[in-house]
Amino acid sequence: HSPAGQFDDTTKRTWSACTVNCGSRCPLQMTTQNGQILYVESDDTGTDTYGEDHQVRACLRGRSMRQRVYAPDRLKYPMRRVGKRGEGKFERISWDEAFKDIADNLKRISKDYGNEAIYLNYGTGTLGGTVTKSWPPAGSLIARLMNCHGGYLNHYGDYSTAQIAAGLNYTYGGWASGNSISDIENTKLIVQFGNNPAETRMSGGGITYYLQEAKKRSNARLIVIDPRYTDTALGKEDQWIPIRPGTDAALVNGLAYVMITEDLVDQAFLDKYCVGYDQKTLPADAPANSHYKAYILGEGDDQTPKTPEWASQHTGIPVATIVQLAREIGQAKPCYIAQGWGPQRSRNGENISRAIAMLPILTGNVGIQGGNSGARESSYAIPFQRFPTLSNPIKTSISMFTWTDAILRGEEMTATADGVRGKDKLDAPIKFIWNYASNCLINQHGGINRTREILGDESRCEMIVVIDNHMTSSAEWADLVLPDLTTSEQMDFAADANFGNMNLVIFCDQVIKPLFECRSIYDICSGVAKALGDYQGESVFDKFTEGRTQEEWLRHIYAVTRAKDPSFPSFEEFREMGIIKRRDPNGHFIAYKGFRDNPKANPLSTPTGKIEIYSQALAEIAATWQLPEGDAITALPEHVSTLDGWDDEKRKELPLQLIGFHYKARTHSTYGNVELLKAANPQEVWIHPLDADSRGIKHGDLVNLKNDYGETFTQAKVTPRIMPGVVALSEGAWYQPNQKGVDTQGSFNVLATQAPSPLAKGNPSHTNLVEIKLLAAKA
Amino acid sequence: MTQQHGFYIDTEKCTGCKTCELACKDYKDLGTAVNYRRIYEYTGGDWHQDAAGCWIPDIFSYYVSMACNHCNNPACASVCPTGAMHKRDDGFVLVAEDICIGCRHCESACPYGAPQYNAEKRNMTKCDGCYERVGEGKQPICVESCPLRAIDFGPMDELTEKYGYQRDIAPLPPSHLTQPNLIIRLNPNAKSTGSRAGKLANPQEV
Repeated sequence: HSPAGQFDDTTKRTWSACTVNCGSRCPLQMTTQNGQILYVESDDTGTDTYGEDHQVRACLRGRSMRQRVYAPDRLKYPMRRVGKRGEGKFERISWDEAFKDIADNLKRISKDYGNEAIYLNYGTGTLGGTVTKSWPPAGSLIARLMNCHGGYLNHYGDYSTAQIAAGLNYTYGGWASGNSISDIENTKLIVQFGNNPAETRMSGGGITYYLQEAKKRSNARLIVIDPRYTDTALGKEDQWIPIRPGTDAALVNGLAYVMITEDLVDQAFLDKYCVGYDQKTLPADAPANSHYKAYILGEGDDQTPKTPEWASQHTGIPVATIVQLAREIGQAKPCYIAQGWGPQRSRNGENISRAIAMLPILTGNVGIQGGNSGARESSYAIPFQRFPTLSNPIKTSISMFTWTDAILRGEEMTATADGVRGKDKLDAPIKFIWNYASNCLINQHGGINRTREILGDESRCEMIVVIDNHMTSSAEWADLVLPDLTTSEQMDFAADANFGNMNLVIFCDQVIKPLFECRSIYDICSGVAKALGDYQGESVFDKFTEGRTQEEWLRHIYAVTRAKDPSFPSFEEFREMGIIKRRDPNGHFIAYKGFRDNPKANPLSTPTGKIEIYSQALAEIAATWQLPEGDAITALPEHVSTLDGWDDEKRKELPLQLIGFHYKARTHSTYGNVELLKAANPQEVWIHPLDADSRGIKHGDLVNLKNDYGETFTQAKVTPRIMPGVVALSEGAWYQPNQKGVDTQGSFNVLATQAPSPLAKGNPSHTNLVEIKLLAAKA
Repeated sequence: MTQQHGFYIDTEKCTGCKTCELACKDYKDLGTAVNYRRIYEYTGGDWHQDAAGCWIPDIFSYYVSMACNHCNNPACASVCPTGAMHKRDDGFVLVAEDICIGCRHCESACPYGAPQYNAEKRNMTKCDGCYERVGEGKQPICVESCPLRAIDFGPMDELTEKYGYQRDIAPLPPSHLTQPNLIIRLNPNAKSTGSRAGKLANPQEV
């Protein structure tokens, strides 16, 4: 527990927050005595009236924050690697030594290779903070530091949403927004494709609470389409439709066939707002019969009608279910169709995301109350000032999923083969990695065994700096490990939550003094800045700090926020209140309402200003980019078969489709070291009784999961809550190989590929094939 | 005797997130092996294949969060050889840890698994209904923590008026055995006490 020298010997309650990357953002109230946290409570303010001031109640993870703060594997002081990289052997050094080492290497690498060789790795461990914000990279203090010293190689996309962000960009233009989930109170039918807020956004202010409350108000039917019978369903659904992973676009094709042939499409909407539904709105220079209607009816290139029978063969869903679902969607207006981020996290995920959006487009449910765009729900946000991070002189960026390739073959990577942006090609490989609040160096990046090989060659990436709270699987691969403060040990603001027609900002006060030699990211960056000396005649330290301490920055940021919106209370009042909640003054957020009301005055940001069912930009990309065999980019949102998909030849040897899911034990990998959470929520692979029986596996047995990419052990959850032929393993368990290099913890990414999806160059985390064997019967 | 308090559990709202369990563990400073609240997953049903080979599910699943029901007729107290396990005048069932000898008879007797052996202390421990918080006019920590507002707590007559009389649901035992101060709202998937349609799907977690 806490060292001597407490700053307080009375019991008191202080506001803090859980700032991890679940999409919610929860206030915590911490009761301390003699400078030690005794227990954690959450939001108990106000009347708890839904949609007015309802309490934002932390989930089991936020409630376990004390376990993270006092975890036995807390990093205590700066350390330098002494063994081979990845061996996990370190020696204690001083902060001054660490700062000098980093500064010397930054200067050397910048001089020898240019600043394009300095990479800010993806990391969302403190996504919700203001000072501590770890992502997007350009919003972090590491970026501010590097921007004072020549810049860095940026990344685009993220492990959560790469394919939908890239895919729906071509349909709607930019990030596709959805109606706020609270708008479900105005709908007739809810259709959720792979959307499971009970396990992804569990907090009591977040999406799962909104879904239940809003549904109660509309009494709308809820249809859940998912290979797993999730905690979001579980009796709250009216229908569960299990679907083979990676085949959502095939299902949509079958639904579209029924809607078109039974006259359930909104032709007037398609004519007025969309491009490429039929010949009328197909761009003039597009090939004949390359429109959506022709593709569905089998009059396009493939001459294959996408009948319910065709869709059934791909999806594993009975024909009658497909026909009934099409009629139900076609006749319910308004209809709230949303997709979570599970379906798109596939090798063909860009097309899947676009295909699902076709359902609200075909039925004219976009831009209206109670409808939705087919994207995931959006929410109201409170305008709040961010920490200014200056501008990056380097304009190049890579997909966040391609950094290992940028170490290995950076100079070969191009715009049209590898998705390099801002430039035709990279000029240097990655030589220096900043890895802050991130377990993506090893754990959260697909293809762990390939990453090990690439990082293991110390002549390639020359320096890796990991800044974190605990000795994570990634920290073991660092050259320098720097101990960061937890949220409880410093002052910050937390914002950026996903809610509904309400949102909040949290004052995170300092609850306890910093433990051990831990320092805040602000102080760490200030220390490196000082060691860097001058850059182009200017003190890096002065430019980075502008003469302010962390608290002075927070007061400044708050003053800027308040100058723009004087309705914010004073800094001291906010500190006392802990949370500021606001209702959306416009009621429920309706995505693309302006466009729907007046498409000429409010065009979309697509090239045509309309919803692009057929995308000329994608047709051009398809014609000019170099893709590996088997991958496809298509102008229409077509279903495409993929490597490691259900119909891959490899299934003869690897018969089970493997998907990941978000587990209540962790937020991605954060909280993954908390014994209480691990014991309450054991790591396990979901397997259907039929698949388990044929392998001699019983509930609780230790099993081995293996494929071309790796191997791991975990215990079996034999359950009818998953469809036959599919197994599910929660992502985020901390990778821990045995002496043979086989993971022992059920860490998902040893089984995932490092080959990216075609358009986004994103992680196809749910496109995997495996075989499972019994290792040891349950004791 | 003052008013008897009890818990209300809405098994339709409950998503099995275990926030109640972990909030309790944090507040009561419990380790991995002691669970004052336990979340039972009850799951069952079958799949069948249609003529085309598609698999069609006919399954069900739901969670039941259980702490101590501070029964009117507590089996734990009736088997306790020392009198350590006792029902107070205000209705809370508590264990006097300084008297308990750790024989664990109560553990076998309670059909809800409420008495929990603490190996470090070498005596029984259990949910005390957060009676101290209740005395201050607050709710038990689990009730305040629930993200779905699926747990309520209060005087039984008030809870009954609000939520009715349902006390039985699989996999819980019949309520007539101990007369628990518990009201259940049934999940649409719910099966009756004694049902063999499903089974406890997470035995290692409770």
